[in-house]
Amino acid sequence: MSSLDIFFQQLANGLILGSFYALVALGYTMVYGIIKLLNFAHGDLYMCGAFVGFLFLSLVSGLLGESWTGILCSMVLSMLTIGLLGVLIQRVAYRPMLSAPRLSILITALAVSMVLSNGVMALTDGDYEAFNTDLGFEGLEMGNVFITYTQIVLVVSAALLMLTLFFFINRTMYGKAMRAIAIDQDACRLMGINVNRVIALTFFIGSALAGAAGVMAGVYYGSIHFFMGFVIGLKAFTAAVIGGIGSIRGAMLGGLALGLLEAFGTQIPFVGSEWKDVFSFGILILLLVFKPTGLLGKTEIERM
Amino acid sequence: MSETILEIQDVETYYGKIHALRGISFSVQAGEIVTLLGANGAGKSTTLRTISGLNRAARGSITFMGQDITRMPPHDIVAMGLIHVPEGRRVFKGMTIKENLELGSFTLNDDTERRRRMDHVFEMFPVLYERRQRDAALLSGGEQQMLAMGRALMADTKVLLLDEPSMGLAPTMVQSIMKIIKRLNAEGVTILLVEQNAKAALKFANYGYVLETGSIVVKGEAEQLRKDESIVKAYLGE
Repeated sequence: MSSLDIFFQQLANGLILGSFYALVALGYTMVYGIIKLLNFAHGDLYMCGAFVGFLFLSLVSGLLGESWTGILCSMVLSMLTIGLLGVLIQRVAYRPMLSAPRLSILITALAVSMVLSNGVMALTDGDYEAFNTDLGFEGLEMGNVFITYTQIVLVVSAALLMLTLFFFINRTMYGKAMRAIAIDQDACRLMGINVNRVIALTFFIGSALAGAAGVMAGVYYGSIHFFMGFVIGLKAFTAAVIGGIGSIRGAMLGGLALGLLEAFGTQIPFVGSEWKDVFSFGILILLLVFKPTGLLGKTEIERM
Repeated sequence: MSETILEIQDVETYYGKIHALRGISFSVQAGEIVTLLGANGAGKSTTLRTISGLNRAARGSITFMGQDITRMPPHDIVAMGLIHVPEGRRVFKGMTIKENLELGSFTLNDDTERRRRMDHVFEMFPVLYERRQRDAALLSGGEQQMLAMGRALMADTKVLLLDEPSMGLAPTMVQSIMKIIKRLNAEGVTILLVEQNAKAALKFANYGYVLETGSIVVKGEAEQLRKDESIVKAYLGE
């Protein structure tokens, strides 16, 4: 393979990885923007999304098959379920803690994360589940670069979800209300905005995106596990910080940037793919030290 | 006789342990301009925040257009047409002027009507029209006050609560804000105005109340309050 081929191959790999990161980072950043909570349970919603999608796929596969029709259908169902799960968590666990000191709600989020991951562990006996689909390994071959149709569909689906979100945030009244609440909650109340309802909607959308990413990851990697949300939760946090936490565009950009950095990072001499986590979290540490506001974040000095 | 549109009865409000309002009662007639005066910390802003539902009244009742709104959440009170422009303007910095105005009509579900009201606001504040695509953070203090008032008028405003609209503004800007308040009143909006600048407020209000440490100590026709030197001296500075 020529170095140009390697470049394009890693570009493709990085884009796929980056789309997953971006989808999960969006929920992270939206929730942080609106109630200033680092929702540590967010990665577990991604994991739950994979399992719920898996469950729905096995239910609808008789009717719709295990190809794209069945997969997309179970992805939508999984998004709805995980969206509602996110709203439920917000209502039961976070809303009573909103007026408590900041640290309390952070600890609550850690607890929710453990409940979700241990809950799924108990239900699955901690086993890996094979996420079987009928998708083939056909794809586009350009020289030595090979991209499967599955990869293309996944990246396009992620892009469509992000475009829809972007349209919603910038063009609809509820989307504008969401941005306004991140700026000034009391002023929003005086506009006639039901703040609690918009917060619930934010949790719904953020969680649904994580659910979608979970199903996509199941399809892409072919197996799912109760612990799969842990590392991606941290990666999504890194991506959100890279982009500037609280910024929607930042999360998309940060996710893609992190995916690409990891993909290209594996090409550095003597640095194999087993080092990619070190690479990511090294970047996180450097950013937190030198540019904590990220690429698109606003300057805001505030202690967690 | 005009009808009472807003009635506050024996309202008490606490900020934590601070007894901010100690049982105040007053009423506003439809079509009037009523002003609440008093020194810093007298409870003027708290009164407005209690009426609009941002703060809870511990005791007493607030009636708006014949309906008890004491325990209503702020967004339902706004939907009824009782609009509060808070102290410090609180425009959404980081969003455009147009978006700020749109949010003012959040409870409205009709884009044609929204555009009509925005045209009305732009006609009243031409400077906002010129800068409609710009970030609200880039406006001057006076322009932000205009935006805050314009945003309030995007709702179906029956009563407008204004908290220190002239604060920190240049004298000419204060005058144009006051002129706009008069115009809004002439268009049928009832106004409850909180002001430090007692002289200016009493000049065009119908009725005035003076607050001191959470209680109403003086009330009367604005004309009379303005002429009564002892009141002006005791409570309104000079």
